[in-house]
Amino acid sequence: MSNVEITKDIANGTLVVTSVFAATPERVWRLWADPRQLERWWGPDPYPATVVDHDLRPGGHVSYYMTGPDGDQHKGYWHITEVDPPHHLAFEDGFADSDGEPNEELPVSRSEVTIERVDDARTRLTITSVYDTSAELEQVLAMGMEQGIRAAVEQIDALLAEG
Amino acid sequence: MGATITDERADAIFGALADATRRDILWRALGSDLGVSELAELYPMSFAAVQKHVAVLERAGLVRKRPDGRRRVVTTDMDGLRNARAVLDHYEELWRHRIDRLHDLLGEDDPSSRPGRTPEQESDA
Repeated sequence: MSNVEITKDIANGTLVVTSVFAATPERVWRLWADPRQLERWWGPDPYPATVVDHDLRPGGHVSYYMTGPDGDQHKGYWHITEVDPPHHLAFEDGFADSDGEPNEELPVSRSEVTIERVDDARTRLTITSVYDTSAELEQVLAMGMEQGIRAAVEQIDALLAEG
Repeated sequence: MGATITDERADAIFGALADATRRDILWRALGSDLGVSELAELYPMSFAAVQKHVAVLERAGLVRKRPDGRRRVVTTDMDGLRNARAVLDHYEELWRHRIDRLHDLLGEDDPSSRPGRTPEQESDA
C-alpha cells in the first residue's frame, strides 16, 4: 500500500488524508488541475469518472459522471471556492441529479487540498474533508450502499488480498 | 443494485432528514431521555405535529420510542450513529484507493521510482 495517513473525527465528521509523493508540487497539482489526470483517479473502481466541465477558478464548477459496471451513471460536481496553484484548492463536493443539477436533498461536503514541498524530491498532499452532521453522513451511507460503492471497495480489497 | 426495499429505505431516510425540525429532534434525542410531550414543548407547533415528525423519523429507522412509565421516550437509533462511523470508514477506504491510484499515476512518469507495487496487484481489473 502507498504511504498514507488518515485521521477520522467522527464527532465533527472530518476526515484528514495525508500522503507524500516523489514528485514536485507542480506535478501533484496537475493530478487535480488536468481533467484527464483527475478522471484516472477520482472515481472508485469499478466506477471510473468522466470529467465534463473543469473550470478551476473561484466560483467555477467541475462536473463529472461515474459509470458503473452495468452502465449506470452517477453524477457529481465540485463548486470551487479557492484556488492557488500549485498549493491550494478548496471546493464543495456534491451529488447531482440525472440532469446534472445539484441534488440539494443530498449532503455537500467541503474539501481543502494543500500541496506542500517537503524537499527537492518530495511533496506532501493533505486533503481535509468536512461533512456537516452525522445525520447527513447517514444519507451518504444510504446512497453509497445504493450505488454499491461500498461493495465495490470490498471487492477491491478481496482482489488485493488474493495478491 | 437498486433492490426495491433498499430504495424505499433510502427514500424514507432522505425524506425524514429533509426537514429541519426532524433533524433537530434527532440531535436532541441523542443521548437524552426526552419524552414526546417534552420534545413537543421545544417547538412552536402542536403536540400532534411533533408526534408526526417523530413518527416519520421512527419509520426511517432513525429514532426509537420506548415506554418509560407513562412517558414515551424518544432516543436516536444507535445504528444510525454507527452508520456515521461507517460512512467515515467508507470515505477512508475511498481515499486510500484514490491515494494508491495517485501514486500509480505519478509512478508512470518514472516506472523505476515506484515503490511497493507489483504488477500482480493491478492485473486483476
